[in-house]
Amino acid sequence: MTSTLTLNKITAQKGISVADAAKKIADLGWNPSYVQEAMTFPTDYKITKAPKDPMKQVLRSYFPMQEEKDNRVYGALDAALRGDMFRNVEPRWVEWMKLFLAIIPFPEISAARSMAMVGRLAPGEDLRTGFTMQMVDEFRHSTIQMNLKKWYMENYIDPAGFDITEEAFGKCYATTIGRQFGEGFITGDAITSANVYLTVVAETAFTNTLFVAMPSEAARNGDYALPTVFLSVQSDESRHVGNGHSMLMSMLKEPENHLLLERDMRYAFWQNHAIVDAAIGTFIEYGTTNRDKNKESYAEMWHRWIFEDYYRTYMLPLEKYGIKIHHDDVQTAWKRITEKNYVHKIAQFFSVGWPVNFWRIEAQTDKDFEWFEHKYPGWYAQFGEYWKWYAKLSHRGQTNMLFNADTGYVYPHRCWSSMVPCVVREDIVTDMIDGKLHTFAHELDRWTAVEAFASEYQGRPTPAMGRFSGRREWESCYHDWDLADAIQDLGFVRTDGKTLVPQPHLRFEEKEMWTLDDVRGHTIKSPLITLREMSPEQRETHLAAYRAGFTINPCN
Amino acid sequence: MTATQTAPVKSGAAGSAVFADSDSRKYRYFEPRGKRATHYEDVTVDVQPDPERYLLQDWIISFPNGRGAYSKDNTAALSSNWHLFRAPDQEWERTHYQRQSKIEAMVQAVIANGRKSGAPLHFDKAWVRVLQNHLGAWKHAEFGLGTSLMQAQRYGYTQMINNATLTNSSYKLRLAQDITLYLAEIGMDIGNFDDEAGKRTWLEDGIWQGTREAVESIMGSEDYLEQYFAINIVFEPMVGELFRSGFLMQVASPNGDFITPPVISAAEADYERNLANAIDLFHLLAHDPEHGAHNKRLFQAWLHKHVALANKAAAGLQPIWSQPHSKPVQYSDARAQSVERIGKILGELGLDLPKE
Repeated sequence: MTSTLTLNKITAQKGISVADAAKKIADLGWNPSYVQEAMTFPTDYKITKAPKDPMKQVLRSYFPMQEEKDNRVYGALDAALRGDMFRNVEPRWVEWMKLFLAIIPFPEISAARSMAMVGRLAPGEDLRTGFTMQMVDEFRHSTIQMNLKKWYMENYIDPAGFDITEEAFGKCYATTIGRQFGEGFITGDAITSANVYLTVVAETAFTNTLFVAMPSEAARNGDYALPTVFLSVQSDESRHVGNGHSMLMSMLKEPENHLLLERDMRYAFWQNHAIVDAAIGTFIEYGTTNRDKNKESYAEMWHRWIFEDYYRTYMLPLEKYGIKIHHDDVQTAWKRITEKNYVHKIAQFFSVGWPVNFWRIEAQTDKDFEWFEHKYPGWYAQFGEYWKWYAKLSHRGQTNMLFNADTGYVYPHRCWSSMVPCVVREDIVTDMIDGKLHTFAHELDRWTAVEAFASEYQGRPTPAMGRFSGRREWESCYHDWDLADAIQDLGFVRTDGKTLVPQPHLRFEEKEMWTLDDVRGHTIKSPLITLREMSPEQRETHLAAYRAGFTINPCN
Repeated sequence: MTATQTAPVKSGAAGSAVFADSDSRKYRYFEPRGKRATHYEDVTVDVQPDPERYLLQDWIISFPNGRGAYSKDNTAALSSNWHLFRAPDQEWERTHYQRQSKIEAMVQAVIANGRKSGAPLHFDKAWVRVLQNHLGAWKHAEFGLGTSLMQAQRYGYTQMINNATLTNSSYKLRLAQDITLYLAEIGMDIGNFDDEAGKRTWLEDGIWQGTREAVESIMGSEDYLEQYFAINIVFEPMVGELFRSGFLMQVASPNGDFITPPVISAAEADYERNLANAIDLFHLLAHDPEHGAHNKRLFQAWLHKHVALANKAAAGLQPIWSQPHSKPVQYSDARAQSVERIGKILGELGLDLPKE
């Protein structure tokens, strides 16, 4: 036997190269001649250049790879139970997972559905395998996340909220934000939704905060399950980023697409910022108990992932293809997070409305105050008293935070575009749509609803563009309802028929838990209906006062 | 800076405190099909919402014609309860990857072992031409069905319908790729194997034009349930199984080919699962208390259209049975078996096979 002889040399056989395999598979498609394929999801974009598949992976290697990833995930979940993870997990954190995991499976499965839309529009078959894998990936994400939620429900101290999850998703005043996100992937112009909003912006930019930054915080709170699942999910995203970029490059070849791309990049970036930063920013900053001053704040992570990684290396280079990039939008988003306390004001909104949520929100404490002040100088002066009020009013017998006039908090208007409330009060704008007044969190939100989601854009017909519809202002659904009746209608009552699913604390004693009787006697008012009922003069006065903001009264 | 401190929580584990619903450890917003919810139901049901379950605010983005993300009128079929369907194969992501991965491992092991022993060199020469041209053509049919189902999974009114359609698409597209790579690999061992002949045959050979027309008709349908029906209730038993089980699986080994049958066998097992899903769904619709009669009329109309196409496709394929040297099975027998098969399927649904 010579020293160079190996088993590999004996058993090796000539195989097909990856490039050749991808090429042959891309040749499976053909141009139908008997019956033309139905063009069921229209777009105003013109796409003539076939997108290339940058990954060149085939299903033969894809399925075993995913099975192996799954084995690691499910093995880790078993190990977490054996290691008694829930004994040490921070309930403050897991409670927010009731909201997060109620939202995220729907956008995920919507992304699977949207592959039908781009798959049909993309000329050629080169990227078909990429779309197929993404379709199955998103099916994976949706069901693996539902499984994680079931796992929390089975093992966490308070399963209430997890147990009504998908029903709650359709009803809650906070999940409406997530529905805007998920429906945005599948409705309207097929390229606007399935390519630009989903892949080019949400997946390429914001999954970094969703699926990378958030798992880090989970681990700091003793939750090793969420990082296991979501880092595995994120490992699929690089393929999706490739799909999106390849389609984008095909569209850039047509100069007549450039105006639409400018519009959609603008809409998608701004709305992703408004929605994802509101939700994930709150989970990371307010759902944690870890107050290590050396860790990055959400603002610092945003700068790394969104500003440096996405804006500088992905968005900016698009300018060389002739796309106008709105640098000022990125700067405005950055300033909203750093100077205008966007995330902190959203956390106020989520917590003030705790009775119409379906999870527990605990008050922030001295330890939290210190960290916030360190990371966001001036935080305490603006938010400290609020959270002291929140802690004080978390006990039964107090008037709940949502209706307690002593605090000085003014319930916000809802943005008709992003569904996130107009928490940066000075930026609120109004406009008329179909003869009716609407409120918007920012001029860019007004532009999105009024100018971008319309049948014409800057003189160009856009017949495929979607429309904002439905009963978009959540508060209108319960205008003039008693709070207790609304909670009952929402289904946010435990099976004893009286105890609320949501609680403004993490005290697990029965006597501490709020019931319907504790919240009865307060009438919900829709800010929008109220505004519309005002005379023009009253309205101006109201909006001027709204823009001036409010001051939280001292809590003694 | 002071704030009321909350009582410390000693453990976040289940059972560490007793209070209202501290033992509520099942999803309680849907009725399981059986006594207890299956894992599939837990991770599938109601993930795709709708105004009935539970969109308080209705769809909040619409298409320019005012329709929301999902509409019941994406199909001409009607249902008094679209949410009733559960896929009998109970597929969710983990079981899907496990199954697909096992199939890929089996297929690759069979091909690799066959090639190691030099098996492709011993295939009958006429059979090699059959594989090159006709199995080569067939991969495009599977691909067309896979892309149709990929399109269809966008339209169903519930998560259960769409996920069953999605996994069906995934199985079809895997098979199309498996055949492609199988032929490319044995082609490297067999001299003068024309790897591009299959597509030419698919596009130009008269034998395949009926099949191509049937597949393109499915691809061209704008009704997602018609696509799902035409594929699983009509095309698969009348053309798919006819060619795969009625020809390839039986004729390969007498012509020296022991590799093709296991490669193709996975597709037959795939179809058993997809057929079970499809029958369950269409049975529900055909026996719907309010719309059963309407749906049966609709399904008969779909049968009228797609059975005619499938009959034409099957008849077109007949010459293939004469091409191998060894002919262990006759077209007429295979055809009779496939007609019996669709008869049984339609019998389950209470539908009639249209006369030729």
